[in-house]
Amino acid sequence: MAKQNNIPEVDIIVDEEKGVIREVQPDKKLRSKKGHERRVNASIYAILIAMSVIWLAPFVFLVLQSFRSYLTEAGGMVNYIVPKQFSMDNYIFLFQGAAFSFKLLAKDAGAIAVTVLTNLAGIAAIVAFLVRKPKNPLEKTKGNWKAAALVLLGLIALNAVRCVDSSNCDFVRWFINTLTVAMFCAVIQTLMQLSVSYTLSRMRFKGRKLLMNVVLVLGMFPGFLTMIVLYYLLKMLGLTQAGAIPGLILISCASSGMGYYISKGFFDTIPKSLDESARIDGATRFQVFLKIIMPMAKPIVIYTILMAFMGPWGDYVFASYVAFGHKASYNVAVGLYQWVNTNDYQGFFTRFCAGGVLVAIPITVLFMCLQKYYVEGVTGGAVKG
Amino acid sequence: MTDLEFLRLSGPQKFLYKLRCFLKNLPKAIANALKGLIAWFVGIFKGIGNELYDIFDTYRKGDWKTRISYTVMGFGSCARGQWLRGILFFAFQTIFNFYLFYPFIRTTGDAYSNGLGFLAKLMTLGTVETHKVGRKTVYGDNSFLIMLYGVLTIFLIIAFLYTWRVNVKQNKLAQQYLDKGKKLKSSREDLHDMLDSQFHKTLLALPTLGVTIFTILPIIFMILVAFTNYDNTHQPPGKLFTWVGMENFNTLLTVEKKNLTIELKENADGTVGMTINASNGDIISAKTDSKDAANAAVALIADGSGEFALEDNGDKTGLLTVYGDNGVPVELAISGLTYVQTPSMANTFKQVLLWTLVWAFFATFLNYFLGMLVAIMINKKGIKFKKLWRTILVMTIAIPQFISLLYVSKMFAADGLINGTLMSWGWIKEPLPFWTNPTWAKCTIIGINVWIGIPYLMLIATGILMNIPADLYESARIDGANAFQTYMKITLPYMLFVTGPYLLTSFTGNINNFNVIFLLSGGKPLSVGLAGNAGSTDLLITWLYKMTVTDSNYKLAAVMGILVFVVCAVINLVVYNLIPSVKNEEDFQ
Repeated sequence: MAKQNNIPEVDIIVDEEKGVIREVQPDKKLRSKKGHERRVNASIYAILIAMSVIWLAPFVFLVLQSFRSYLTEAGGMVNYIVPKQFSMDNYIFLFQGAAFSFKLLAKDAGAIAVTVLTNLAGIAAIVAFLVRKPKNPLEKTKGNWKAAALVLLGLIALNAVRCVDSSNCDFVRWFINTLTVAMFCAVIQTLMQLSVSYTLSRMRFKGRKLLMNVVLVLGMFPGFLTMIVLYYLLKMLGLTQAGAIPGLILISCASSGMGYYISKGFFDTIPKSLDESARIDGATRFQVFLKIIMPMAKPIVIYTILMAFMGPWGDYVFASYVAFGHKASYNVAVGLYQWVNTNDYQGFFTRFCAGGVLVAIPITVLFMCLQKYYVEGVTGGAVKG
Repeated sequence: MTDLEFLRLSGPQKFLYKLRCFLKNLPKAIANALKGLIAWFVGIFKGIGNELYDIFDTYRKGDWKTRISYTVMGFGSCARGQWLRGILFFAFQTIFNFYLFYPFIRTTGDAYSNGLGFLAKLMTLGTVETHKVGRKTVYGDNSFLIMLYGVLTIFLIIAFLYTWRVNVKQNKLAQQYLDKGKKLKSSREDLHDMLDSQFHKTLLALPTLGVTIFTILPIIFMILVAFTNYDNTHQPPGKLFTWVGMENFNTLLTVEKKNLTIELKENADGTVGMTINASNGDIISAKTDSKDAANAAVALIADGSGEFALEDNGDKTGLLTVYGDNGVPVELAISGLTYVQTPSMANTFKQVLLWTLVWAFFATFLNYFLGMLVAIMINKKGIKFKKLWRTILVMTIAIPQFISLLYVSKMFAADGLINGTLMSWGWIKEPLPFWTNPTWAKCTIIGINVWIGIPYLMLIATGILMNIPADLYESARIDGANAFQTYMKITLPYMLFVTGPYLLTSFTGNINNFNVIFLLSGGKPLSVGLAGNAGSTDLLITWLYKMTVTDSNYKLAAVMGILVFVVCAVINLVVYNLIPSVKNEEDFQ
């Protein structure tokens, strides 16, 4: 290396036009390298900007078309993007017929019972979060304000949704249907998946390998194969057509334990010695699960909840099959699919756009807020396979 | 081949070598599997023998509590103070007996039946069809329910036998414990165990129950349906369906040989007119210039059986290939083509399967490499606003697919935005056939899938790229490698190694990728060359959906489901057998 340092660093360039050989100083060469770097970066920026345009354009068009006036322009598909006249026609149509009334909270005995129970439970949860004693004396915060605020928000939202009378308004009805399914799925599926993945990751028992192999084999059958049987099973329980929403919750949750792979991969990375030391201290397995593993598994819990919550918003196949033409039991996917495919000429295309925007906004906001956890789950899942 | 020789091979050669090894070892592996299976069966019989002996032995040595437990399950447990166990055993026995003997399941009309009744009819799937006698309807059997509850009964009988055996064993153990002077576990301790040493049972109970009822039972039912004639002309409760053996598999898999006749007629302009009649009603009439080839075709099918394949160019010309039982197939370029053709199910299945595999290949690998490229671009040093680019791309994941895909599919429609804009600019006169021409539709779908799929891969690749040790790149740079070389020698092998299993799941996932096809094209365009309502862009899974929902052709849908399973299983098996060697190879480097 020392020898090389003695040699002056020059590059020789043959200038063919003038027929001379030029020496290029090292700093000049460096500059040209920088220029090269700059050109590469510029082209990358160009590609990225072009991609951004392609990626965002459909969504921008969707929003723009949702504002196209239904009264003065065609409601179907047109060959221009920016509406000639902006209006809220389509959005007004979506909410037509919906009413809001606090009386619904106490419509009948059942409604009163649900109202009282949910609110009591919610208030109890808030109080519990606020007065929680810190386990660790060094911990400064006395209560978990964030959790309490979250529960309060949820409680208010729940009560508000229950006050909406959607019997005369399709879209609001579909939206509430989907929201209901999504919320139940988020809770039940998460519990199912976590318990299965925790068990398979942590405990060794007879038949564990067999269980995993059976799930692997079952997973290779296409999901729609069993549609007719599931329909019959639900029909037997009275959970089709008018009762499609609880039916959908049932089928989406019943087999959800099979999707344990990603969270199992996460549990596998938590050292087993933690469990063992807690067991030696006299904790039962249930306590280990609840008090040691769960707090550490926060990212994967949030990922599972997010996935379970987002799933039902795009579920078309089972939702349409179980509802079987019963309009009041559609979810947004089924309802909007019918709008866009059957009633195009009557202006339902722009209404589809408006409905799509209203569905996409909350989901996108939620996703963007929890994106970090999503990336963690997806990356972990891909690496472990 | 030694390790050293193996390492000298290039990448594709290594793969071929491994594939060859795999195929060479396949017969041995199958033989081993068979041996294993036989040993397993022998083991099972021995096991059953042991169990039976143990059951008799327990009875012989058992006290009266144990003996009564043989008929009244849980009696022994209750009598020995283990109330919780005893009551659970007894409850299960009661429910089982109720299901088996009490007619409480409504079949047709006002007829009720019990589990045993359904089981008894499982072999025939019902013999009495619902019919009318005078003005009165006589209700018959319901094949659907017979099959469903028949399978359920078998499930329950197995579960009952297992529980009964556990019950006997419990008595034996309890007796032994008491004889030794130990104390039995109380119900309270049992409850505590459910949260401790037996916690896995508590956690798995509900998920297992759900999977059994809502996945295993339906799948077994549908596998059985594949061997029946359950379709829209055999719909219970009005009609019966019954077992037909392998008939449905034959419909979908074997091409029937047709009886062909070819008539030749010499035209005045020197061409030869051909009329082909096939036994299934296909008629083709066309002209060809080559008299020799026409004669060869006639000679080829002289014995009356043969097969032909027709490629229609769309302008009355085409390519006709005639196959015979023996001899080289004859190809004829034809013109003046008119034909009536009823496509066979088997040919349609072949085409749909081919497109499914092509689609899965492109959807997986195109997205994989493009996504990786995008990730590398975004993560490059000196690129700003990394988070912004990522957030923009991730929009397609966040927005529910039924909105984005439906909207995009409408954008590409004949009267949609893209065609409309291009036409108003005067670039094109006719709308581009994005959804009406099969090839265009396939390309459009693959293209739009890139739009949907890149962000996932970008996220995954970003995470993995960050884990590649930076000193690898550093040393590569010092050695004078350029960007492309570092990519080929460092980034790609590392990525492939880490994401190998993901690629596999993604490939099988794409075989079953319903949403993209259904929401974009719905399988269209439909084609006269395809049977069973299949469209040119239909995957096996969307075709299966159409068969179930639109055509009520459950028997073929069931066969298709099994075949999808077979395809996925074969791919998984082959790749999993190749992947461990990939890992070894990585160890060498």
